[in-house]
Amino acid sequence: MFEIGLTHYLTLAAIVFTIGIFGIFLNRKNVIVILMSVELMLLAVNINLVAFSWALKDLVGQIFAMFVLTVAAAEAAIGLAILVVYFRNRGSIEVEDVNVMKG
Amino acid sequence: MYAAAIFLPLLGAVIAGLFGRALGARWSMAVTCGAMVISAILACVIFYEVVLAAEARNNTVEIFTWIQSGTLAFSWALKFDPLSAIMVFTVSVVSAIIHIYSIGYMSHDPHRPRFFAYLSLFTFSMLMLVSADNLVQLFFGWEGVGLCSYLLIGFWYHKPSANAAAIKAFVVNRVGDFGFALGIFGIFLVFDTVGFEDIFAAVASKKETTFQFLSMEVHALTAIAILLFIGAMGKSAQIFLHTWLPDAMEGPTPVSALIHAATMVTAGVFMVCRMSPLFEAAPTALFIVTLVGASTAFFAATVGLCQTDIKRVIAYSTCSQLGYMFFAAGIGAYSIAIFHLMTHAFFKALLFLGSGSVIHGMSDEQDMRRMGGIWRKMPLTYALMWIGSLALAGIGIPGLIGFAGFHSKDAILEAAFGAHSGIGMVAYWLGIAAAFLTALYSWRLILMTFHGKPRASDQVMSHVHESPFVMTGPLILLAVGAVIAGFLGQDLFTGHGVEVFKRAGFEMARMEKIIEAAHHVAPWVKWLPLIVALAGIACAYIAYAYLRMIPVFLAYKMRGLYQFLLNKWYFDELYDAIFVKPAFYLGRGLWKSGDGAFIDGVGPDGIAAAAQNIAKRASALQTGYLYHYAFSILIGVAAFVTLYVLVIAG
Repeated sequence: MFEIGLTHYLTLAAIVFTIGIFGIFLNRKNVIVILMSVELMLLAVNINLVAFSWALKDLVGQIFAMFVLTVAAAEAAIGLAILVVYFRNRGSIEVEDVNVMKG
Repeated sequence: MYAAAIFLPLLGAVIAGLFGRALGARWSMAVTCGAMVISAILACVIFYEVVLAAEARNNTVEIFTWIQSGTLAFSWALKFDPLSAIMVFTVSVVSAIIHIYSIGYMSHDPHRPRFFAYLSLFTFSMLMLVSADNLVQLFFGWEGVGLCSYLLIGFWYHKPSANAAAIKAFVVNRVGDFGFALGIFGIFLVFDTVGFEDIFAAVASKKETTFQFLSMEVHALTAIAILLFIGAMGKSAQIFLHTWLPDAMEGPTPVSALIHAATMVTAGVFMVCRMSPLFEAAPTALFIVTLVGASTAFFAATVGLCQTDIKRVIAYSTCSQLGYMFFAAGIGAYSIAIFHLMTHAFFKALLFLGSGSVIHGMSDEQDMRRMGGIWRKMPLTYALMWIGSLALAGIGIPGLIGFAGFHSKDAILEAAFGAHSGIGMVAYWLGIAAAFLTALYSWRLILMTFHGKPRASDQVMSHVHESPFVMTGPLILLAVGAVIAGFLGQDLFTGHGVEVFKRAGFEMARMEKIIEAAHHVAPWVKWLPLIVALAGIACAYIAYAYLRMIPVFLAYKMRGLYQFLLNKWYFDELYDAIFVKPAFYLGRGLWKSGDGAFIDGVGPDGIAAAAQNIAKRASALQTGYLYHYAFSILIGVAAFVTLYVLVIAG
């Protein structure tokens, strides 16, 4: 019978994490996508934490996952707020246009 | 009193120079002129006490120790012997007169405090030079007058030609000063001292000394004397190093009178006389002195004949007269050289200030071709110029009386003849030729300036006026000097009075013999200078007053000679081609390729360019795109993980 074990969770997390990474690099359009990708990566980590917590029978991992969610929510809020302000000032949030730091 | 005579001008210069702005022109002039007049009065007293008084004696004023280093030890000290007393007297009296004259001449100039400060500073330096008791102090004064000469020639600094002339004077003098400094080093090497007394005392014992130079045996005293004479040539504008003097006429006229006629240029003659015991021990050097002096006397007189700038004519005349002084010194008649120096100071200052008066009256016109016909409008200046020219040409009746220049110049010529040496005869005949030319160009100057039809514009002519008394008064004083100085001085310098020069360290035996011989030359020798001078005046009258086409005709017929003289024997062009141009090329080459291309290219500019280049490449890494930074983070993490897995864990 097909048993879902730790390996599957870890594989899923790795896939989600990789999607997140590629989301950051391959996206040429929108900064929001980057934020979402970062969110994806955090979620991938959360899956890992919860999976290990379940596998090791240790609740600390799940508690830590709660913390990460909190931080991720705060981060998303701040990130979106910055984006809104940025859009107001520059009229665009396309990744190509966001290069004020260019040396 | 002795120190005050020397230092009062310095005090005046410091006050006018540092506080001139606060004091204003009037007070600056009052302070400097006042100090100068007091100094001149003191100088007269010193002259009396050191030279004329019955119990006259030398006097040395020690001020303080200057340098004490091993065997090199000397003080600031003022030495007053007959030679320096005469020089102090001449310098400060002429300087005081010129200070007063300048009040009138410079009355329209906005920078009078500076001018008077320089003038007083110059006088101080010159007094320091003549009263020095060691060579280093003399060198201090020597450089001081050179500096003041530079400052005063370039006084009108907004004129590029004045700046060029000032630099030229300074550079040409450097050439001479180089020789002078080497001479001083040589003296220290041979004598181990720089004090005059010690040097003179040791001359006899060093007569045979030689040094090695480029594996040649060189007679030490001859080499030293020649080096010192090179210094004197630079300062006294002798042939080869004379080119700066005519250009120095760019300065204000009182400066030309004081520095480039009466005092500073005589420093070379003074120095040769001062060092006479040393020169006496070096006959070859004396030969050179005589030859250079006689050549200059003749050369400068020929050039003076064709100049058109009134001041340049007198400048070349100065050159020529300095030549007379040098060959007098060269044949051993030092007292006569000093005699001519003194009389020359009076009549040449008179001529210069007289020409200044003309320039002032003609609205700053200096070209004689645009003068003429003004003698009725400035009769006093005209009369004074006559007196000056008569003194310069040496008009007088031998054995009886004459103008100042007559007594001294004829004494020089007679001494040259009386020396009975080959070089003495050369000097005599060149001197006679120069005497003829002197009279010719002097009257050419007078006739072109004062006589004939006015050649200036009507506007200038309507303004021609006699100068104010503050200018003519000093001229009259100088004219008195130009008339009587020779008569009063002849006994002291060429008669029984020469005894006093024993205290100045002169070689008495030889000098007295020459003076004695000079008194007993054939009558034609005595009359010839007067005859040629009168002939010169007559020629000038014929050519420039009656038959005015003669000069034009001669200039046309002998075009080559005329151009040669007009261009001052092409000395300036020669030096330009030999020294100035190559120096420019070398400088430009080193600047462009050496400094610009190599040092700057590799050094500052190269490093700066490299830094900029690297920075540009480094900043290209900062694209500003978020995903680039994120990617680099990823690569970094991957690298660390790989490192961990392969190296540390594995």
